[in-house]
This record gives sequence, structure tokens and C-alpha cells, in this order.
Amino acid sequence: MTQYEPVIGLEIHGELITNSKMFCGCSAAYSSAPEPNTYICPVCTALPGAMPVVNKKAVELATLVGLALNCSINEHNTFARKNYYYPDLPKGYQISQYELPIASTGHLDVLDNTESQQRITVRRVHIEEDTAKLAHEKNYALVDFNRAGVPLLEIVSEPDMHTVEAALSYATKVRAILRYLGVNSGDMEKGVLRFEANISVRPAGSSEFRTRTEIKNLNSFRALTRASAYEIERQIKVYESGGTITQETLGWDDVRGVTVSQRSKEEAHDYRYFPEPDLPPLQLDRTWIDSVKTQLPELPEAKTRRFIEKYELKPQEAGFLTSEKSLADYFESVISRSKSSPKIVNTWIAGEFMRYLNESGTDISAIPVQAGDFAQLIDMVTNKSLRGNAGKTVLAEMFKSGGKPADIVKEKNLAQVSDEGFILEAITKILNDNPKEVKEYLAGKESILQWMMGQVARATKGKADPNVAKDLLINGLEARRK
Amino acid sequence: MQLHNLTIREAHDMLATKKISSVELTQAMLKRAHDVDEKIKSYVTIADDVALEQAKQADDRIRKGERITPLTGIPFAVKDCISTRGVRTTCSSKILEDYIPQYNATVMDKLADAGAVLMGKNNMDEFGMGSSCENSAFFDTHNPWDLDRVPGGSSGGSAAAMAASLATFTLGEDTGGSVRMPAGFCNVTGIKPTYGRVSRYGLIALVSSFDCIGPMTRDVYDCATVLEAIAGHDENDSTTFNAPVPQYNKNLERSAKGMKIGIPKEYFVAGMEAGVESSIQEAIRTFEKLGMQIQEVSLPHTQYALPVYYLLLFAEASANLARFDGTRYGLSVAEKAKDVVDIYLNTRREGFGDEVKRRIMLGAYALSAGYYDAYYLKAQKVRSLIRADFETALASVDVLLAPTCPTTAFKLGEKTSDPLEMYLSDIYVVATNPAGVPALSVPCGFSNNMPVGMQLIGKHLDEKTLFQVGHAYQQETDWHKKLPSL
Repeated sequence: MTQYEPVIGLEIHGELITNSKMFCGCSAAYSSAPEPNTYICPVCTALPGAMPVVNKKAVELATLVGLALNCSINEHNTFARKNYYYPDLPKGYQISQYELPIASTGHLDVLDNTESQQRITVRRVHIEEDTAKLAHEKNYALVDFNRAGVPLLEIVSEPDMHTVEAALSYATKVRAILRYLGVNSGDMEKGVLRFEANISVRPAGSSEFRTRTEIKNLNSFRALTRASAYEIERQIKVYESGGTITQETLGWDDVRGVTVSQRSKEEAHDYRYFPEPDLPPLQLDRTWIDSVKTQLPELPEAKTRRFIEKYELKPQEAGFLTSEKSLADYFESVISRSKSSPKIVNTWIAGEFMRYLNESGTDISAIPVQAGDFAQLIDMVTNKSLRGNAGKTVLAEMFKSGGKPADIVKEKNLAQVSDEGFILEAITKILNDNPKEVKEYLAGKESILQWMMGQVARATKGKADPNVAKDLLINGLEARRK
Repeated sequence: MQLHNLTIREAHDMLATKKISSVELTQAMLKRAHDVDEKIKSYVTIADDVALEQAKQADDRIRKGERITPLTGIPFAVKDCISTRGVRTTCSSKILEDYIPQYNATVMDKLADAGAVLMGKNNMDEFGMGSSCENSAFFDTHNPWDLDRVPGGSSGGSAAAMAASLATFTLGEDTGGSVRMPAGFCNVTGIKPTYGRVSRYGLIALVSSFDCIGPMTRDVYDCATVLEAIAGHDENDSTTFNAPVPQYNKNLERSAKGMKIGIPKEYFVAGMEAGVESSIQEAIRTFEKLGMQIQEVSLPHTQYALPVYYLLLFAEASANLARFDGTRYGLSVAEKAKDVVDIYLNTRREGFGDEVKRRIMLGAYALSAGYYDAYYLKAQKVRSLIRADFETALASVDVLLAPTCPTTAFKLGEKTSDPLEMYLSDIYVVATNPAGVPALSVPCGFSNNMPVGMQLIGKHLDEKTLFQVGHAYQQETDWHKKLPSL
């Protein structure tokens, strides 16, 4: 059987966070609009005679994204009309960019399934406008124009990805960058980010480009992964059975887990692009572009590198912490207040902290756990004034109430006890109460020790220093050997 | 002197000195419009209530002495492609027959601010597609000089209303001669300003890169007055120039002596009506008498102007008219529709006239994959050659002089069966729109008792010189004062 290699290109459509729409002054906050068709005007509903005016902020954000994706910014770029009829498109054309986009030829380095670094070329980044929202009823459909004209960015990659993992890694990275830049919330459930995958397969080692299909409207990473994997398999099966792939646009049926044909090549739209005559070309000044450049924050890649070097973390650990800017910032905030090593802080954050954060379902900015308090808690465990398990209990309480760790420890009587007398008392009682187990241990069944440690923890309500307890327990057992 | 024949300047003097009120003037104009327009059919809508209300407000301003401009209290009408809040705006198309805009075009806001009084909306070729006003979906407009003849187009209603004294001024819109050509046919003064001089916001687009709103008036002085009021940068129209608007009337009396007039040799070829040619020759002699120098110039790509103009028109118009889909406003033919595509098809089939459909189809074709380079792109390239022609020619002279039209007004129905023949009547006026330069049409004589117009073409943003030369001409001649007997 032939070995096949997938060829994947991604288009990522993301809304830009601006106050007003792309070509008019209407509020872009459509998701918080009081009612349908309240954030509208002659321009975004395409009344006769209305004309577009470019949103400067959107141009700035698009430039920022272009720079972050290592693109060259085109000082001279143009808008174009993409013509097609649909009720969510009031003008009968979408204002987009075609021949001269705002940014072109950039790159991103991602990891594929073998965890090796790979460079993906970003072909172009262009600005366009979102469509209205349709609500389909039984015999009719309603149109809400609140979303019509909201600024969108389209980021188009070259077909450089050859594994689903690489595509996922690229998409994840682009999302992280958009979030780092604050230009998109990355909130996939709200549809502010959508993917389109172009997929073909070819015999491994070949450099040809075979007929590709295009899967539209993938609105989660899971859908992107599943749809791509399915489509790759489907195409391989077609080739294996001697068939050919037809160029078509596909949809993803998430319930059945299959791609379904939407339009064949013959039915494909001819968008009849031509330069938008209502908008003069966008001329971006070099010094303006440079000033936008100064707004670039430290991006995930640079931050990961820095975390690896400065905090001596493993690449995966650093990669995880920097996947969200807020998480990376929180980590550094804790580090700066803690006496514990970055490794220990990382273990806490990647482990228990993330568990509680995910359970809380909120964003880091919304949790009550102050970085300083968390640092204090970690240090209490590090210096053994609190047992690890007790520390977890305290953290859970901090997530709930936002209290100070010292207060919670006191309130719940969780402080670790190394007082040998107190622990010895408990151990003596356990040994007396369990002669059978003592006998077994002395006969060589060492696993009994672990069970007895559990009994000690229970008897001391988890406050006994386990190292001290273990020593005392072994001494007590050995004493009974005579 | 009858009120309806007053120029803006004369009416303004009478209003400012309180010899008449705006309400009196407006009532007189409305009465005449109702009486005479039966024959002319230049109005699609006469907005009596709006006019009288605005006239009252103008009188208030005059009485209080507040912000009186040369247009305060002056009744005017506009081509029906300019959005007027609360007043039906149809583009003379069935598809917009009942459409009432919620917002004003920028020019309407400016005129309202100046205190001018809107009388109504003028008939036109549907969406501006035509040269005779016969493509109106509602009715033909008649040339006041001969009711059997066309007024020209597409701003035929606005020109005929001026010629028949049914408004003190009108606003037309010129995509490829649509102000100048009917101005020439009807003995009216009209200007197509530099592209981007006047905001297009609220103008229902035909060709976004050609369309220019321009005044139609009794004389050059009035034309300059109105242009000054409506010109200027508009933050709602990104294609407007951010350049100060000159006080055009200040320069008007300056002598044109020593200025140079270029005669494009390519415009004087076979096919011109004898009476038109002799009128132009007579005008040239007048300019010589005024001390101006005449020299021949060349616009070598003239022969390509018409195809370039129409190709780009078809392309842009096909997209501009896409929004008329029966889903939000205007005509909607939804009965019996199986799906939304049916609504599109039925609405557009019933709503658009033949010429509009023809141009949309040609435009969609010219933009299609595989044809774009050969048609649209090539036309854009030739467009820059045409623009360069004007730049070169105007580098050595102050203005160019040409006939507005090769013939005088033709008979109603004469060219309706032959679209190509109709397109040819625009041969002298179309090139300026792809080039973007301003052009003023001025009455310059009669041929077989029908008016002849000439156009003065100027440099970018140099309307000032056109007005100066045109005004000098009108000081020497009185063609523009001649009125039809109705």
C-alpha cells in the first residue's frame, strides 16, 4: 500500500475587536446588542447611496497582526468587491482585499506530530467585513444586521502542513497570537474565530499538488482536527480504490463525523472581484507602521524561549504556560513573589491551579486567588509548614472564597505537625489496634507500610509530617519484632 | 420680470431686500410646476408640503437676519437619484418606486443648511442609464423647446425643469455627460465638477468612479454659486478631495484676456451637425474677440473613450445595482417565490428596465473569471491613457473647448431601438469622466431652432477658470437668456 502525505493549508477568519464597524460608525459589539437590528445605519444595511469609510483602528490591528506573523506590510494596499448574492450580504458584495492585501509573506514556526519544529508560510493577511446573521424560520428567514460590517481578518497559510497535528499547532498558535495582541478574544463558541481547511493527499515523498477540497466553517479546534483527519482518510480511500478527487467545497457534519459536499467546482462562485471604487487605496506611512510595531508585545514564541532559559523549564512546560498571555503573566507574578523555585511554581500552576481554574469556568482575570497569596501558599508547602495535600485543600478554598492561605490553614486547623509525641501517640494506637497487619509486615509484606501511613494520616487529620511519621512507624514496627 | 424666470442672484436680491418672500416665490414656482409640467413631465415628485415648510423656515431666517446665504429661500429641484430624507427617491425605476430615504445625501444637507427650498425630484433615465430620459420607468420627459424632442439624459428632467422655468436651479448628476448633454439640448448652463469635488454620499451610485453631482442653472454665475455651496470634503465620502473650496464668484469678473483655449482636433470630425459646428466656430470667434488665444490640441486616445467608458460603467454598475434585491426596501416580488433566489429573480426581472438589465449582464460578463483581464483591466489601463491625454493637452492651455453634443436634441423614439446609436450621442462628453476633469456646458447658439451647447473642459479642481471663461462668454452673448415659449 502506498504511503500518503497530507497537504494542508488553513484560512483563519477572525473578528477584530474594535469599537465601531469596519466601514461605518455603528457599534461592533453585536453580541451585546439589546435587540436585532439596533446597531445599524445606512452603510451597513446598504441603503441606496450609502458609502463606506475605513475604520482606522481596524487597519492598525490588522497591521499589528501582520507584523506579529512576520509578514511584510504593504504600504500600498487596496480594497476590492467580492460579488455574490445572499440575504446576509446587503450590498450584494463584500468589501474585502484581493490583489493587494494589507500584509503578505510571513511565517510561523510550529511543532508537528514528531515534535519537530516546522516553518509555515503565511501567504497573506487581509481585511474584510462580516455578514449579517440569519435566523431561519419555517417558511422564511429573518436577518439581523447588527453583525453586518464588523471587521474581519483573514489569515491565509500556504499548504505547508503535512499532519493534522501541525495544522492544529498552527491554528492554536495563531489564536494565541491574536489573543496576545488583544485583537480577538479567541472565543470559538461565540464564532469570533473560524477555520477553513484546504486538503489534498499525495504519495509520500512526492512534491506534486493534487486536487484539493476545501472544508468550510470549522468553528472549533476539535472540528478542525476531526474534519481534517476524516477528509485525509477519505481521500486516501478514494485513491486506493482507483478513484479521483473532485475539487469541491465541503461542510463538516459534526454529528455524523463526516465531510459533506456543498458545491462542486462547476457550481463554485465566480466572485467577479474588482477594485472597490468607493475607497481610495490605503496608503500606510512607513513611520506609522513603525509606530504600530512598537506596540507589539512579547509574543508566545519569544516568551516560551525566555521561560525556558530564565526559569529552566522544559519546552513543553514553557509552551503550556505561554499559551495564554494571562497565564504567563500570572506565572511570572507568582514567581516574583515566591521563594520557591520556578519548577515548583510551574508544578503548582500546571497541576492543581489549572484544575481549579478549569472547574471555575472563568478567566484568570476573574479568579479571587491573588498571585501573592498563591506564592505564599506554595512557599508554606515548600518549607513544610503545610503538607502537600493540605496545600491543595487551601488552594481549593482560596478559589472559593479568595481568603489568605494563613487564615485558611488556621481556620481549618491544617498546619503540619512534626511534634513526635503527638504522632507517636497515634502510631502506638494504630499498632495496638492492628496486630494482624503488624504480623504480616513483620513477615515481609512491606506494602502494609503504605496502608499504615494512610491510617496515620487519617488519625492525625493529615497534619503529620509524613517523613517524621514514616520514621516513627518503622521504628515502632521493628520494636515489635522482638 | 416673472418670478419663475429669475436667476438665483436676482431672486436672492429680492428676498434679501424683502421685495418678495420665499413662500411667495416658492408658491409661484410650485404653481407653475403644476401647470406647465403636464406638458414637460420633468418632475417625478413635486413636494409641495416640504417646499412650503422649508420656504417658511427660510423666511424666518431672512426676517431674523440669521445666516442668510445666496441660496436662502431659493426653490430648487434635484435629480431623482439623490437621496432626500422623507421624500421619495426613485432613480426613475420601478424597483425604487416607493422608496423613501431615511437620510439625506450630503449635498441635500448642505443645501438645507444654506436655506435652499426643495421643490421636488426630477425624472431621469433609469439609474442614469440613457441619454434621452426615455429610459425612465415612469414617463418620457419632453424638451421644452420642442415637445416632440428629447431633453437629453440622463439628467433630462433637471435640464427640462430649468429650461421650462420650473425651478430656480436644479442638481443633476453626471456619469458620462448626464448634466452637460441635457444642458446643451435644453439651453441650460451645467457643470460636471472634478471627480471628488462634491460628495457622492447619498447619491445612488451608477458608476462610483465617474459619478459627479453638478448644478444646472440659468447662467454661469448661478452655477458657481451652487457649486460653492455643495462642494467640499466629506468624511462620509472617502473619494472627496480635502482641498478648500474657492469663492468661485469672486474670480468671475476677472478678464479672460490672454488665456489659452485648446481645440481638440479629434472632436471636429465628420458626423457633427452643421448648425452645431457653426455655433462652435462662432463661439471661438467670440473668445478671440475677448482676447483669448485659440490653439489646436490633441487628445489622441479619444476614439477609445466611449468603449472604455461603457465597459467600466457596465462593470461597476453591475455591482452597484446588486443591492436592489427585494429583501430590505423598494420593490419585492415575493409571491410564488420558492426560495430567496426566486425573490431576487422576480424582483429584478420586474423591477429593472431593459437597458438596466442589458448593462448589468454586460458588466457581470466583463468581470467574470477569464474575461476580467481582457475587458475590465484593459479598460482601466486605457483609462489612464485618456487621463494622461487631458493632462498633456491642458498643460499648454487653460481650457479645452468642444461641442457638448454632435447634434441638437433628437426626436422622441428616434434612437430607442438602437442602443449603440444612443451611446454615440455621448461621444464628446464621456471622456472627461474617466479622466476626472471638470467640464462646463454653456449655451452657444441654435441650430434649426434647437439649442446648441459647448463645453469648456478644465484642469483638475480648476472649476474657477471654467467659470471665469464661461462667465466672460455670457457677458458677450445672450444665448443663455433665451427661453422657450410654452
